[in-house]
Amino acid sequence: MEGLNVPLNHILLVSSLLFAIGMLGLMIRRNIIFILMSLEVMLNSAALAFVAAGAHWGQPDGQVVFMLILTVAAAEVAVGLGLVLQVQKRFKTLDMDYANRMRG
Amino acid sequence: MLEITLFYVAATIALVATVMAMTRTNAIHALIYLIVSLLAVAVIFFLIGAPFAAALEIVIYAGAIMVLFVFVIMMLNLGERGDQQERQWLQPKIWIGPALLSMLLFVELLYVISALEGPVSATAVSAKEVGLSLFGPYVLAVEIASMLLLAGLVGSFHLGRRYLDRGDLEKEGE
Repeated sequence: MEGLNVPLNHILLVSSLLFAIGMLGLMIRRNIIFILMSLEVMLNSAALAFVAAGAHWGQPDGQVVFMLILTVAAAEVAVGLGLVLQVQKRFKTLDMDYANRMRG
Repeated sequence: MLEITLFYVAATIALVATVMAMTRTNAIHALIYLIVSLLAVAVIFFLIGAPFAAALEIVIYAGAIMVLFVFVIMMLNLGERGDQQERQWLQPKIWIGPALLSMLLFVELLYVISALEGPVSATAVSAKEVGLSLFGPYVLAVEIASMLLLAGLVGSFHLGRRYLDRGDLEKEGE
């Protein structure tokens, strides 16, 4: 598979647009499931930037960092969804504003 | 030239699908749009010469992580009530201020990015090179990642265990 001569700044533009959309989603949402989805989008856009930079210099380091980001995302989602179940059980809602105290 | 347009099509699909995912009120609909967005990003990875990353994106992100979301949404069983609640929460007057301010920061970021020059290189980085690098200079990072996964496993087990009924726990203790 040959890489294409896509301009690097266009890929970084897509990546930062994805990050901005994810951050917007994080701000406008109060449902904890949508907050976790927005975090996934933001991590994914950071991974895209890393892979694009690795491809720019023809080095494997970008994909190595992509794999580390994948690990972080997997661990974060596993713990986050466990917390979703706890919040739903304790407050009977998914609104994060109800979970604003450390000891509810 | 045709192949370059493939990149722009995939990028457009990724952006549109992500915007749709962030604005849906039904969690499952948002999840399906998110999967489309991840598949489009995988296509971008493939096009810029990172086939291994593209495969991992599909297998782990669009496969495993999204399946976790599906399971949790099924367990919560939100239905129509959750849909109405979401619609009520999505009021523009609440989020328009932070959105405008972060948009200004985004414009600054665009200005910085536009100074970069040059295409991504025309040769693909194969999985073999990635593996050699992963278990050569980055072996400490691999160990840290495995410990992170162990912490995630223990943490999610702990949180999920207490989600079970008290009766189950007592039965286990006997």
